[in-house]
Amino acid sequence: MPYLVADSLSRKYGHNLALDDFSLSVNKGELFALLGPDGAGKTTMIRVLCRLLDPDSGSVTINGLDLQQRYDDIKPILGYMPQQFSLYPDLSVEENMTFYAGMYGVTGQAYRDKRDQLYQFSKLGPFAKRRASALSGGMKQKLALSCALIHNPRMLILDEPTTGVDPLSRRQFWETLLQLKSQGVTILVSTPYMDEVARCDRAAFIFGGRKLAEDRPAQLAAAFQGSIFYIDREPTSQLLNQIMSIDGLTTARFGAGMHLYLAPDDSLDPYLNALSQLGLNSSDINPIAPSLEDRFIQLMESPT
Amino acid sequence: MHRIRFIAQKEFYHILRDFRSLIIVIIMPVMMIFLYGYAINMDIENVSLAIVDFDHSVESQQLTERFFASPYFSPGENEVDMSDPEQLLRSGQVAAILAIPPGFSAALARGEDFELGMMVDGTDASLASAVQAFSNSVLSNFLMDRLPPNFDIPGVTLSQQVLYNPDLKSSHFLVPGLVAVILMMISALMTSMTIAREKETGTMEQLLTTPVKPREILIGKLLPYVVIAFVDGILVLIFARLVFGVPFVGSQLLLLGFGLIYVTTALSIGILISSLVDTLQEATLLAQVATLLPAVMLSGFIFALKNMPFVLQAISYIVPARYFVVIIRGIMLKGAGLEVLIPQAGALVLLMVILMTVAAAKFKTRVV
Repeated sequence: MPYLVADSLSRKYGHNLALDDFSLSVNKGELFALLGPDGAGKTTMIRVLCRLLDPDSGSVTINGLDLQQRYDDIKPILGYMPQQFSLYPDLSVEENMTFYAGMYGVTGQAYRDKRDQLYQFSKLGPFAKRRASALSGGMKQKLALSCALIHNPRMLILDEPTTGVDPLSRRQFWETLLQLKSQGVTILVSTPYMDEVARCDRAAFIFGGRKLAEDRPAQLAAAFQGSIFYIDREPTSQLLNQIMSIDGLTTARFGAGMHLYLAPDDSLDPYLNALSQLGLNSSDINPIAPSLEDRFIQLMESPT
Repeated sequence: MHRIRFIAQKEFYHILRDFRSLIIVIIMPVMMIFLYGYAINMDIENVSLAIVDFDHSVESQQLTERFFASPYFSPGENEVDMSDPEQLLRSGQVAAILAIPPGFSAALARGEDFELGMMVDGTDASLASAVQAFSNSVLSNFLMDRLPPNFDIPGVTLSQQVLYNPDLKSSHFLVPGLVAVILMMISALMTSMTIAREKETGTMEQLLTTPVKPREILIGKLLPYVVIAFVDGILVLIFARLVFGVPFVGSQLLLLGFGLIYVTTALSIGILISSLVDTLQEATLLAQVATLLPAVMLSGFIFALKNMPFVLQAISYIVPARYFVVIIRGIMLKGAGLEVLIPQAGALVLLMVILMTVAAAKFKTRVV
């Protein structure tokens, strides 16, 4: 059952289309990722979904309520965590939480219960009196999430919550998101990291303000057209250029090696000769399953 | 309503924890009243005068002493090159030159008519006319004292009585107005930054997604600054009283009450500015432009409003300082009571309500 529905959203900045006819549907209780590189339109999309920006056209409903007309009714069920740390650095951990709780009318015993519950996940209890400016990146982000959760929202919208956070904190953060999901919270999270998408129920690729694909992570990757081989060799620019100059082959740096892409209905055999001249033997070149990143790169280059 | 309390409390934390800014907003008004109070003193005293005595008599010496014994004149250059006496005026070394020609004492003794020569720098017209008046009075006093003790001059004297400011000290008139101008500036400046800062640091973005209403944000942000501005007002008044000796005839409580209304109106200007602009820089600039010039020019603080062109007079009605200048002079100098000043207070309250309403209506609930 769709909980958040965005219908053909468009938004221009000057001549620049930040969102181009973007539609999206997030089901109730789903953990949904909006995946795209920097400048793809993720933040614009999220701001439109939180009504911090008005779209030039298109509409949004959350829990069946129209965002423009029923925003006051949506606010209490919506929790938002902006990309930029947006709490008050000169207030302590607890003062920040008290403040946001106050904004949502969560006071007294209800507040204290919620606060203690959030301290359990965030482990920020011992730092309650510390100013937010003196927290580490991971702690800041936990505090920001705590403030977004203080009113028990049914829908959580997070804009690149793990950008600039250390790997351990990142992992903990995703554990928390999965825990929230198990409590029935619908979550939309934007991220530039492919590996995070694997933990989501579904994801949408966004690039140039357009939706390139939307599906479950495994299906998204499996939709790759053609075949992929991994070349276990250091990806020097020279080598990459030499491979690219072979008609019918494309390649890309991938970690410590390279991915070699073949069109559908093509096979590696006709190219082995040319590749061996570059010093690449068939033992160096092994077929692998397409990853999300492979599919994304393919979609970015030929969005069909 | 409870949200206003949370916003106000948070704002108080911001104010108290930004210790440097707090010191500035407390110290600055006091510094300003001190500096401007002395700088804009319009009393004419110690005009630098050169006296060229060609008579070299006891009488000419006595007259010279009379001039410099008065508070109006102080001795300027003694060596005057009579081939070009104007040189002293041109260079600004003295504002006036008095020449006592030879034969002065002889003429006095014989009771003959006699002319003294005086040159006055007329570039400052009010100074020049004051110098003329002062010289005449010094001279006539000098002549009167030379009459025999029981010499009787028949005639009528005008018995003048100046009320409310008997010494005609300009500081008594200007310093209360200055209090109005300073409180206006500092108040508007303080609040102009509060919302702009949240926009600039990005905290507004999350705040906008909470159920808080624009008017709750605005009122909540206003309240703590009312306290700070009120403290500023008390400090500035104490200084006006102690340093400049401005009399305080009326009710202190009444002035504090009206002062509270006035600073709240002034703070509302800052709130409006803050909700219109996006950056701190715009906010502080606009706050200064929107308050300083109107408060100085269109409040009646220095320049009488009724001598102004109609358009400027009309504009002055939306300048809160205009009303407070009347209030503060009325209470401090004349002891005016509530019944006289109610219209002024009413105008301030009306302006405040309008400013806050417009601020709430113009408050941007979208980013960028």
